[in-house]
Amino acid sequence: MNGIETFRTALEAIRSHRLRSTLTMLGILIGIAAVILTVGLGQGAQSKVSAEISKLGSNLLIVTPGSTTSTTGIRGGRGSSSTLTTADASALSSKQVAPDIKSVAATSTSTQSLTVGTSNWTTTVTGTTPNWLDVRARTLDSGRFITQADLDAARPVAVLGADTVAQLFPRGQAVGQTVTINGSSFTVVGVLAAIGTTSSTTSDDDLAVVPQTTFATRVSANSTRSSVSTIYVEAASASALTAAYQEADALLLTRHGVSSTAADFSIASQQSLIKTATSTDATLTILLGGVAGISLLVGGIGVMNIMLVSVTERVREIGLRKALGATPSAVRRQFLVEASSLGATGGLLGLGLGVVGAVVLPHWLNQPVTISPLAAVGAVVVALGIGVTAGVYPAGRAARLAPIDALRNE
Amino acid sequence: MSTLRLTDVRKTYSSGHLEVEALRGITMSVEEGEYVAVMGPSGSGKSTLMHILGCLDVPTAGSYELAGTDVSKMTETELAEVRNRRIGFVFQGFNLLPSMSAWRNVELPLVYAGLARDVRRARAIAALERVGLGDRVDHRPGELSGGQQQRVAVARALVSDPALILADEPTGNLDSRSTADVLSLFAELHDSGRTIMLITHEADVAQAAQRTVRIRDGLVEQVVAA
Ligand SMILES: Nc1ncnc2c1ncn2[C@@H]1O[C@H](COP(=O)(O)OP(=O)(O)O)[C@@H](O)[C@H]1O
Ligand SMILES: [Mg+2]
Repeated sequence: MNGIETFRTALEAIRSHRLRSTLTMLGILIGIAAVILTVGLGQGAQSKVSAEISKLGSNLLIVTPGSTTSTTGIRGGRGSSSTLTTADASALSSKQVAPDIKSVAATSTSTQSLTVGTSNWTTTVTGTTPNWLDVRARTLDSGRFITQADLDAARPVAVLGADTVAQLFPRGQAVGQTVTINGSSFTVVGVLAAIGTTSSTTSDDDLAVVPQTTFATRVSANSTRSSVSTIYVEAASASALTAAYQEADALLLTRHGVSSTAADFSIASQQSLIKTATSTDATLTILLGGVAGISLLVGGIGVMNIMLVSVTERVREIGLRKALGATPSAVRRQFLVEASSLGATGGLLGLGLGVVGAVVLPHWLNQPVTISPLAAVGAVVVALGIGVTAGVYPAGRAARLAPIDALRNE
Repeated sequence: MSTLRLTDVRKTYSSGHLEVEALRGITMSVEEGEYVAVMGPSGSGKSTLMHILGCLDVPTAGSYELAGTDVSKMTETELAEVRNRRIGFVFQGFNLLPSMSAWRNVELPLVYAGLARDVRRARAIAALERVGLGDRVDHRPGELSGGQQQRVAVARALVSDPALILADEPTGNLDSRSTADVLSLFAELHDSGRTIMLITHEADVAQAAQRTVRIRDGLVEQVVAA
């Protein structure tokens, strides 16, 4: 009996129990679709987070107060008074001490209500230095950015994000207007070009930037004049990132007079941020993928169960085929092909459902779903493998049936 | 040379502690081209004998030679080939696959012989024409009468052109008209040189054979030449 004939016989058997075959395939189908979608959702979330962090700028190091490696308790965290100062920032920008650092921008942030006339908008106000624009790789849509003169004189000037402008100045033309922050009047001198962040939690297009000195005197009452919440450090190049990291680390340790094990600050690179952020997603993906994998396993057990039922039910047919000359291996092949056809068909349909889900789901969840070709091929191969595995034992049983025991079963 | 030779064949069925001696020492031989009837009351061991002759079951003791070869020394795969090439079975209960049309049932032995589909179809239809069912090739067993179903089974037994045809009470479920049809088919097959063993408990059916072997309680009681 050749391959085509085996295949034809298997398909006939599957077709003659249409409902049962469909339900069996459904188990594999749902399992495969679930695995594809959970993994796709996880990968989608990861690539989204990476894309957002990449927008920070590629040569960037981010210095924040407090230690992430601390095991001895809290050491000057973000909420309490900051351990980082504007003096730290200017020390980092010294070309002699840190030749691999191109520029430095210290920032302090505070959530404030901005008022224009009768309209109100709450946003993040950032106090920083003129090179923030370069360090954060941003550009201006109109007007100018804050200058050294603004900083030195602690002028009440502000640069707004595109979304903030849209909220406060719906008729446009923000430059030259006045906005009130924490009781002080600020002149809008520029508007940042939008970069279109899609994150729901933070927006890089909704913010107000003011000089660091002005921030300390007029915006944030409870922060000491010189303390900052984040120092952005731009390395000279991507290859100088490690050197810049070491220079910044050594300089700050010396300035703060602490050993590296007692560091009261932490330095993160864009890569390490991506790694941390995506590793959480990766863990979740593995977890959800595992649950989906179990449903696939259950689907596989379903195939095995049905194949065993099918062997028991078709004892007479098997016996007759053997009486007419079917060899044990021909019978084994027939049942193996039957089981793997169920598996593979279920896998292909599951892949189809997964692809449909990947198109439809993002509209409802506002989450991207990524299906890689590797995952797609893998899913179908796994389904086929499950079918074959589930078929081995029932097929072996069918092959071993003595023709006479099978025929006598009336 | 004899087609089949049984020497002191015994068959004991044991289910749990219960043992049934279905055959208790059968010695007989059938020559090529013979038409032999096996008669005996129900439970005398006729079906057991036919299963052993057809290589569907193995004796507990004794030897069975088919065309000079000891069957007990053959592997499962070799036995499958013997059943496929040399033997045609006709069962009392027809044993047709209900989901397949008449010609698909008839072609089954040829499928396992590895013949191409168009050859199989041509030979299956020729076999069906031979048993007078040329106009029923696409009917399913459920759409045929008992006599027609048994004729499909006979077509299946002869399609691979086997030397030996084994029939276990082939007319047991048939009316007298269909019985006559089936018996005349066997007569034709015999005329064309096939060895035929026909198991029955009806004396008038056994009359068609050249020789009748009577068995009782698993032993050969009497051999009657026609
Ligand atoms: N599989 C079996 N297990 C146990 N006993 C069996 C089995 N098959 C047949 N027998 C017994 O063997 C004896 C002969 O049976 P069988 O060959 O079918 O007789 P017949 O065909 O002449 O009616 C009977 O007593 C029957 O009950
Ligand atoms: Mg019987």
